[in-house]
Amino acid sequence: MVERIVKWLLAITAFSALASLLLIALFVFKEGLPFILKTGLSDFLFSSHWDPSHGKFGILAMIVSSLAVTAGALLVGAPLGICGAIFLNEFMPVSVMRIIKPAIELLAGIPSVVFGFIGVTVLAPFIQHNFGGAGLSLLAASLILGIMILPTVISISVDALAAVPNSYRDGALALGATKWQSVHMVTLKAARSGILAGVILGMGRAIGETMAVIMVAGNSVQFPRSPLDSVRTLTSNIALEMNSAIGVHRQALFATGVVLFVVIMILNAIAGVAIRRKIRGK
Amino acid sequence: MRIPPRHTQKVAVALLGGATLLTLVVLFFIIFYVLKRGLPVVTGEFLLSDQEDMGRAGGIFPALVGTFILPLLAIAIALPLGVGTTVYLAEYTRENRMTRIIRFGIDCLAGIPSIIFGLFGFVFFTIMLQMGWSLLSGGLTLAIMVLPTIIRTSEEAIKAVPVSYREVSFSLGASRWETVWKVVLPNALPGIVTGVVLSIGRAIGETAAVIFTAGQAMQIPTSLFDSTRTMSVHFYILAREGISMKNAFGTAAVLVLLVLFVNIVAYWLMNRFIAKRS
Repeated sequence: MVERIVKWLLAITAFSALASLLLIALFVFKEGLPFILKTGLSDFLFSSHWDPSHGKFGILAMIVSSLAVTAGALLVGAPLGICGAIFLNEFMPVSVMRIIKPAIELLAGIPSVVFGFIGVTVLAPFIQHNFGGAGLSLLAASLILGIMILPTVISISVDALAAVPNSYRDGALALGATKWQSVHMVTLKAARSGILAGVILGMGRAIGETMAVIMVAGNSVQFPRSPLDSVRTLTSNIALEMNSAIGVHRQALFATGVVLFVVIMILNAIAGVAIRRKIRGK
Repeated sequence: MRIPPRHTQKVAVALLGGATLLTLVVLFFIIFYVLKRGLPVVTGEFLLSDQEDMGRAGGIFPALVGTFILPLLAIAIALPLGVGTTVYLAEYTRENRMTRIIRFGIDCLAGIPSIIFGLFGFVFFTIMLQMGWSLLSGGLTLAIMVLPTIIRTSEEAIKAVPVSYREVSFSLGASRWETVWKVVLPNALPGIVTGVVLSIGRAIGETAAVIFTAGQAMQIPTSLFDSTRTMSVHFYILAREGISMKNAFGTAAVLVLLVLFVNIVAYWLMNRFIAKRS
């Protein structure tokens, strides 16, 4: 009797995560979708006129800004992170790796507001002083996000490289390849999809980041024409206006959330496929 | 001209090493900079006194209290759900389409950005269920947010318990639940605790999901329906509205130390767990 009750209770808890996900999707869509349908998808997605007090809700400029900031973050974070992972896993003794990898993963726990704060107090004045502009800019946001995704990219890339069997490396070396040749011709090829998964997860983190971006990006609604321009991303837009928004305005913010939700889900699905391919390849 | 492989190797290693060094320098600079500017501000009085004048003066005591209570509340809600999920998936079912859907849901939940949690918590808990900006709204929202972390870590821990333990327990006549409760869970406990500690770290650092659900009242909450302000939120408000850079640095230093401490504890536990098993 106890057994059966326990089993049912456990079965119910097992659906908690799935139920939460569905509930989140339901509520964000319920608040946002009617707005999108009423305004029309094209007026919402492909207009850049955002002026809530006059009933204008076009988010194109913010979509472009989000993509630009994310691309910038990847430009900074992906090469640095992948190079770091290769160096740590292939060219450093295991004992060094054992210390440095946890230290880097530790940094993933630093609150995003702290990264944003460094952006405001150190990076933005530096940019303003050396490159001009207001400092709070697309460039500052890209750099800060690029740094923020480093732990994710490094950690997952190291795992992917470590999963490549040593016999691959030995085989390349036995054929007379130098260490570097064996790394970029053999090991990197074998770890490709795992590294890709790390980059995509980093991308998800960058596109979803809110507080750090609000602090450093400047938040003007406009198309970025130069890296020194102030920009506002989809996430910032929600967080900035949520407290004061009522009625249609709030629905528009939820509709922004719907767009974000869909984009992130697509990225997750791609990362999931990449990871699964890695497992099958093993 | 063809460059000999020995030379490309040297260049490649130098570049890779340079990138690694740059990464480490930048990441550690952030910690040292915050601590160097912030620690002088942190005194016993700063930690233990109320804020004054919107945070321009005084301390962070209410935020410190909020930072302890809110993550613990979130864990209290998420832990039974998360461990229950894991036990069901690992001990009570085989892999089938349903478990694959559940796992897919967990993965998706893990990827949702915190601002979406904030939006959801705001409409669902704060407004629809009329909890208002409160500990309860914030705790429930954070609980959903850390659920995937708890599930993943406890799943690893439970899977790591040898099958022979379960077989011995069954052969002694124990039922499935008795086996789970008296054999599997105690052996998986250190791994589960690691997940809990990691989740606490994440909850402490969270801002976007908390500010819209737990609110930002700088007070010591006396009931579940009181609004509270965590250190992350307090720090964000101080820095964003330019209220006091000095106190912002002080709060940031406390926040960074706390998160580092929590994460180091998690690593320590994890290593001990791995060492004990092998």
